[in-house]
Amino acid sequence: MLEMVMKASLICFSLAMLGLVYRLIKGPTVPDRVVALDAIGINLVAIVAILSMLLRTSEFLDVILLIGILAFIGTIAFAKFLEKGEIIESDRNH
Amino acid sequence: MKVTVIIDAVIILFLVIGAFLSLVAAFGVIRLPDVYTRNHAASKAATLGVMSTLLAAFLYFYLIEGHFSSRILLGIAFIFITAPVSGHLISRAAYNAGVKLSDSSIRDDLKDKNKR
Repeated sequence: MLEMVMKASLICFSLAMLGLVYRLIKGPTVPDRVVALDAIGINLVAIVAILSMLLRTSEFLDVILLIGILAFIGTIAFAKFLEKGEIIESDRNH
Repeated sequence: MKVTVIIDAVIILFLVIGAFLSLVAAFGVIRLPDVYTRNHAASKAATLGVMSTLLAAFLYFYLIEGHFSSRILLGIAFIFITAPVSGHLISRAAYNAGVKLSDSSIRDDLKDKNKR
């Protein structure tokens, strides 16, 4: 029963990621695509959690934290690039 | 009723809530009209769904496998802190980059503030 629910929710998360990939491809503006990529990263965290439950191993739990941090940093960097045109500002130029 | 049945039921409840909220978030991202409403759907429903799934994973490893995993708890806390921040930043970047609101929206409080 538990394993069946895990597989069903894995399918649900895959369908959600498929919808987000649709928005990633079609999205009319760049921030749409960034939002979709951020949500894909968050969903990937849940998929790793369910897979580590299905495989009955606790070795993948570092991956959860790592994907969360990487998705956050990527989204922050892209938001700053969209707003200011550069990610790391250098004050030496003026 | 045995204890394992109750544990299984709680884990199944959290898994079902997580999967449902994630599907709702994806549906909102597909259907809503502009980037701000899409960001609203993605950064709230998806975050809560993933946190619920991570809580199910934590309960599974703690109660069934007997392995207290503080990394999942850290992951829950981290996602809870960072997902609204990244949603706010990308929404602000979209507004400052000039992305239009949808045609059905009737009010834009930031419009006058942005003329400088």
